Amino acid sequence: MRLPISQSFIERNAIVLLIATLITVAIGGLVEVVPLFTIQTTVVKVPGIRPYSPLELLGRQIYVREGCYLCHSQQIRNLRDEVTRYGHPSIAAESMYDHPFQWGSKRIGPDLARVGGKYSNDWMYQHLKAPRSLVPESIMPDFAFLARNRLNTKELIAAMQTNIDLGVPYTKGDLKNAQADLAAQADPNADHSGLLLRYPKAMVVQGQGGRVTELDALVAYLQILGRMVDFTDPAVEHALAAQGGK
Amino acid sequence: MPTKIEKDVYTGKDTTGHEWDGIKELDTPLPKWWINVWLVCIAFAAVYVVLYPSIPLGTTYFKGVLGWSSTGAVAQSVAAMNARHAADMKRIGQLPIMQVTADPKLKEVALQAGRIAFAENCQPCHGPAGTGRVGYPPLDTNFWLWGGTLPDIQRIIMYGIRSGDAKAHESQMPAFGHDGILKPDQVVLVSNYVATLFGIEKPGPTTAAGEKIFEDNCAACHGTKGQGNQSIGAPPLESRVHLYGDSLAAIEYQVNTPRAGVMPAWHTRLDPATINSLAIYVHSLGGGE
Ligand code: HEC
Ligand code: HEC
Ligand code: HEC
Repeated sequence: MRLPISQSFIERNAIVLLIATLITVAIGGLVEVVPLFTIQTTVVKVPGIRPYSPLELLGRQIYVREGCYLCHSQQIRNLRDEVTRYGHPSIAAESMYDHPFQWGSKRIGPDLARVGGKYSNDWMYQHLKAPRSLVPESIMPDFAFLARNRLNTKELIAAMQTNIDLGVPYTKGDLKNAQADLAAQADPNADHSGLLLRYPKAMVVQGQGGRVTELDALVAYLQILGRMVDFTDPAVEHALAAQGGK
Repeated sequence: MPTKIEKDVYTGKDTTGHEWDGIKELDTPLPKWWINVWLVCIAFAAVYVVLYPSIPLGTTYFKGVLGWSSTGAVAQSVAAMNARHAADMKRIGQLPIMQVTADPKLKEVALQAGRIAFAENCQPCHGPAGTGRVGYPPLDTNFWLWGGTLPDIQRIIMYGIRSGDAKAHESQMPAFGHDGILKPDQVVLVSNYVATLFGIEKPGPTTAAGEKIFEDNCAACHGTKGQGNQSIGAPPLESRVHLYGDSLAAIEYQVNTPRAGVMPAWHTRLDPATINSLAIYVHSLGGGE
């Protein structure tokens, strides 16, 4: 059989070869990726998942800026050892509002996907400032300078707006209350009813009288990790069971 | 450039007719074994497609006749791992904790499980084998803030202390210095008195004044002699072990701005068998009552 474009023709025309290669590879990619957009169980929607509170969101940016992901993953894989150590395997919905997600692949330190609530705020502050004061054999760097850096909140609205553009459902009310929610989460004596209404389970951190530091934001972020979904809730179990398999 | 197909003089094989800069390409077919491996791979894929999750079908997908899923597989492998002690762990989780320790075999299993869970969850605060560190009480002595019986320990592990859990232990030492309840010189006087209870200072001329302030402000919680009160987690002040360190500075700091240490609640993270195992392990460390 004679094809309209023969092998020898493709072999001798670099551009044609390039385009043909691209098409072949693209078919492989599309077949693997496109179905995930339509299959409903790719991201099982479970109760509890919410966007990050303003303070958590900025804390997350510090996490990315300081490269914590270079030593810490945030993904409990479906492996026996990981489940017995870290808890329920991570589900896709838990990082649906993460832009970009922090799954990571390097584990010089432990996985952090469910570190929220594992320690007290006091421990988190002390550990980030001086890890070896609590875990003598730790090789994690000191992040004491974060406690001296005042948190830059000027770009908060822009950051939330960017997340909205990427599909995170912050509402107008969330934007309007953003600065107040941020201040409330960093002040144990403030009124937290609005904050907790918009961002259930948000953990209030220490703050120091109106001065919110980068460390406050980072601790607020760490303290929500893995706490949004309650895996003992029957509704969650039901949603996950519908995912298929036994 | 294409040339005509010809016989190669050295190998006796045909050329493909391709020639670049005088170099001609021999028409050597793929080895048989290679083609066979390739065919086996295709056959394997066909079987795999039938057995395992594979073909996308719009909003769902073909789940495979084995019904395999990675979440199901991990649950099975955890169950298989636990199977050896499944019956024991089930009883450890369900029996009243005093009955667990009465059975030597159950107790042994619980101690093992407790030791492992302690290293992962508790050691970063309470130190290796519960030796304690500043702010995190030792669990291997008979210095107990809240009580050292098995049910006491079990309850604390479940609900924590000032953890925000509805059933957590709560208590709060007032910020005498920070909130101006005591004047700075009174803080110094009472702290010096407490230091004599700690045994790090000798009684001096101001001790009586300090003792008076103590009786008025502190004795209600810490007891008249500083013996402590386990029902509200007020530490004994006359003991050799101290929560926040053994110095006058540490005492003054606490009187000015109490820390109100937080112990997390674990009933949301750990199953009942693990919590009971932990309680039994902690109780065995040396101070259990
Ligand atoms: C050089 C690698 C390294 C970097 C970078 C690093 N860590 Fe760590 N981290 C570790 C190691 C090792 C441990 C385990 C020992 C310990 O607890 O200190 C750890 C432990 C932790 C823990 C306690 C986890 C647990 O379950 O006990 C937290 C929380 C944590 N790191 C947060 C962070 C954050 C936030 C950052 C970025 C600001 C960060 N780490 C950067 C290496 C690192
Ligand atoms: C974030 C740090 C932290 C972690 C993790 C932690 N604890 Fe604690 N724990 C504390 C603090 C702080 C106290 C003392 C609170 C107070 O001031 O009353 C405490 C108190 C206790 C007490 C009561 C001691 C007494 O004297 O009455 C027990 C028992 C205990 N912890 C057991 C555990 C066990 C078991 C674990 C692991 C599952 C654990 N803790 C994990 C911080 C922690
Ligand atoms: C409402 C009860 C209450 C009163 C009143 C009170 N305390 Fe306390 N105290 C506590 C509790 C609870 C703790 C431990 C909790 C914490 O802050 O972590 C504590 C801890 C301490 C400690 C630290 C002990 C150690 O082992 O490191 C010192 C010192 C202390 N108190 C001194 C005082 C003095 C001095 C006064 C009076 C001026 C006083 N307290 C009044 C409840 C009280």
